[in-house]
Amino acid sequence: MTTQEVILHPASVVAELKKNNISHVVWLPDSETNFMFQLLTNEPSLSLVPVCREGETMAVSAGLWVGGKRPIVLIQNTGIFESGDSIRGLGLDINQPLVMLVGYRGWSRHGLTKDSAARFIEHILHAWGISYYLIETDEDADRISLAIEEAERTSKPVAVLVGTEFGS
Amino acid sequence: MIDNIDAVKLLDSKRGNAVFVATMNANNVHFGLPTITSNEKLDFPISGAMSKASNVALGLALAQPDRKIFCLDGDGSLLMNLGSMVTISNTAPKNLIHVLFNNKVYAVTGGQPIPGAEKSDWEGMAKSAGYANVFSFDNLEDLTNGIDEAMAAVGPVFIHLVVKPEIENTPVQFRTPAKRNVHTAIADLPETLGVKR
Repeated sequence: MTTQEVILHPASVVAELKKNNISHVVWLPDSETNFMFQLLTNEPSLSLVPVCREGETMAVSAGLWVGGKRPIVLIQNTGIFESGDSIRGLGLDINQPLVMLVGYRGWSRHGLTKDSAARFIEHILHAWGISYYLIETDEDADRISLAIEEAERTSKPVAVLVGTEFGS
Repeated sequence: MIDNIDAVKLLDSKRGNAVFVATMNANNVHFGLPTITSNEKLDFPISGAMSKASNVALGLALAQPDRKIFCLDGDGSLLMNLGSMVTISNTAPKNLIHVLFNNKVYAVTGGQPIPGAEKSDWEGMAKSAGYANVFSFDNLEDLTNGIDEAMAAVGPVFIHLVVKPEIENTPVQFRTPAKRNVHTAIADLPETLGVKR
């Protein structure tokens, strides 16, 4: 088994969340964001809200948003597929400025993309008209700020696809 | 069994400044929340994503810890999202009261029976999921006598109500639209809650 070079560090992501005054991370852990866990847990400015299934995240986020907080969702691309009705009904339909950090399982710039989770995700986001950004390295992390700004400006969900394993 | 309207009216009479996050039966214009509560500005009807009212209520409870948040849920809805019971108990907001209207049918789609209606044990599931306090009522007299204790208990509280099925047979596009819906609530609820963007 080969692993990709570690080039995106969780501190870069957390710094973006802090810079944007994110209050809550509503998440279901996955392999692409596994290394975020310790840093998120130790960050006093962020409250973690773990859920049992990804479709819950958009709904919890909606409640937090209406209640005055600034949540962000952190799930895997497989969870986007599971969450279709939540994204439609409690993201797009209610104009929630929902930012979804999405672990891009199967992403590769090399050779065939064998994992259907990777092959379908961008098509699904296009179908819903959801704008998205790809981050692979620390240098890309400021795209999280761009996504947050776009979500708030357009009052629409925006995705950030995390196309690499996080470093420790 | 408890009449749906009687249950909502009783909860409404005790709500104070609590928010009602309601779905399905309790959100139906003919016999539900928009027509019978005393403070529509604090009503948050959830439509468009069946089963997710409990999660919206959880988010609101975390955002507004000094205010009681009620989720008025349906059994068919909660069956679609049983994991949310553990999500709620794990996060454990003390101000969340999850009220389950158990009528054993999909009332707003014509009254088809829900799976396991005669086998599943909601009170037992709530206890096993880890709610801090669990109550169950199957008649209005007991509910009237017990509601104060249930509402004063430390959350997350789960209140199981056995209610009469009230069947809606009209396709969605032909129903009378509710005056207050998820969109109107999202537009004005933050201001009512004192939220500043």
